[in-house]
Amino acid sequence: MSRATTDSAAPVLRMEAVRKTFGSSVVLRDVDLEVAPHTVTALIGASGSGKSTLLRCANLLEEIDDGAIWLDDEEITDPRTDQDAVRRRIGVVFQAYNLFPHMTVMENITLAPRRVHGMDRGEAQARARELLDRLGLGAKADEYPDRLSGGQQQRAAIVRALAVRPRLLLLDEVTAALDPELVGEVLGVVRDLKDDGMTMVLATHEMGFARDVADQVCFLDGGVVLERGTAEEIFGEPREERTRRFLRRIVEAGRL
Amino acid sequence: MTVVKAESGEGPGKGPAEGDAHDPYVPSRRRIERERHKRSRARRATTIAALSTLVTGVLLYLVVVNAPGWPRAKETFFNARYAREAFPKVLEGLWLNVRLLLVCGAAVLVLGMLIAVARTLRGPVFFPLRALAAAYTDFFRGLPLIINLMIVVLGVPALRLQGITVDPVLLGGTALTLTYSAYVAEVFRAGIESVHPSQRAAARSLGLSNRQALRYVVLPQAVRRQVPPLLNDLVSLQKDTGLVSIGGAVDAVRAADIIVGRSLNYTPYIVAGLVFVALTIPMTRFTDWVTARMDRRQAQGGTI
Repeated sequence: MSRATTDSAAPVLRMEAVRKTFGSSVVLRDVDLEVAPHTVTALIGASGSGKSTLLRCANLLEEIDDGAIWLDDEEITDPRTDQDAVRRRIGVVFQAYNLFPHMTVMENITLAPRRVHGMDRGEAQARARELLDRLGLGAKADEYPDRLSGGQQQRAAIVRALAVRPRLLLLDEVTAALDPELVGEVLGVVRDLKDDGMTMVLATHEMGFARDVADQVCFLDGGVVLERGTAEEIFGEPREERTRRFLRRIVEAGRL
Repeated sequence: MTVVKAESGEGPGKGPAEGDAHDPYVPSRRRIERERHKRSRARRATTIAALSTLVTGVLLYLVVVNAPGWPRAKETFFNARYAREAFPKVLEGLWLNVRLLLVCGAAVLVLGMLIAVARTLRGPVFFPLRALAAAYTDFFRGLPLIINLMIVVLGVPALRLQGITVDPVLLGGTALTLTYSAYVAEVFRAGIESVHPSQRAAARSLGLSNRQALRYVVLPQAVRRQVPPLLNDLVSLQKDTGLVSIGGAVDAVRAADIIVGRSLNYTPYIVAGLVFVALTIPMTRFTDWVTARMDRRQAQGGTI
């Protein structure tokens, strides 16, 4: 928590004692998290440790059982909150892209700006073109997602999330479905977003990337944040035995 | 009849290097020999198929013509004079079937969609609506169409209600719409449920409301996917428009019936039947074409 207390700005996202169960299995227990503006938080941990669920809870796609979540000092887990309004301020990029297959890339991107934010068509398209060009997809605006490679689809999904100018971007293992040679192009985009000052929380298995880009790293194990700190702390001198064991396995698998 | 599928060379990728003008490729003797062999094999296959078809046709003809009772069957079912007399009247009647199909088809699609959406609504306020929609589909899918038609077409006029039509065409169309809406509602509902939840999650994550997600993301995919079964139901509705004749409306079936009643020759039924078949065949082919086209569009490249 050292980082959050020294940061003068109010956190964009704050979680306190969040608990989430699916039936009898406890997926998150007593999770605290603070994400300062313009910082990147990486969630690492084995499959099933609760990374994806944590992101889905932050976006209210899952209802938490206990605890509370704040977005910019507004408690979004209050049952009276307008959930659609909360989601409007948070962009999400999914592992499987989840582009809409019946729409072109341009239609995918302009859907929310037009229908949710009431932007007119021309304005929405201009903004989309600017983002597509920046992410090297300028020529793909009128293609259907099926015609794109995995890396292109994921970049299109990132553009879609950015088109509504979100306050916070959640990335759920965005490279896990990609061929190794396509991982780099997506991670490059995330790096650029960090340089632009986007606040992001990302669940990832790319440890090298997490070490490079993250201001804060949280190691999740069995639904709790077992250890958190700067990238140097977690990857350089982890305090917990389980963190050390996890990282050792990653190194052995050649992924760090 | 052979159906030849035109394979369109889609995708920006270059085909095999053959069309290249600078390629000094000359087919080898081996290839020429191989292709000659393939051609002669194809010619032999065609000849055998033609012969076999001819023999089968002659055999069938002989069996039918020499069957006991064939002259009587020919006179009763395939009488050219009655066929000529019935044909224009049946066609005139068919215009009513076509109009019924167009109006009922449109009403069925709208009503079916409303019922399907009603069944997917969330929230406690909509409980009665959900229950009603479910009861409606259960009831009308189980109720035999002929009973539905008799109740509506014959039973409703017996009530002698003020302001309620007794026109058998309107009543028959209503009965058809009631039954077919139930089928089509189930088709739409299956389509809605077949759209993966991740699509809804993505839509809601963009800030779309439940209704917007349904309208812009779920329904377009659901409807597209269900076009083949929907067209199938429309083909079925097309023939069933013939059932409004039980109320006395003069459609193709009734037009044939009138001549049969007078002449005791059944040729007009055959004529009416063939006219319906001729009408459904283009619909069925259209269904096949739409399905094939969608399969191609959804395909992620590759030919298998």
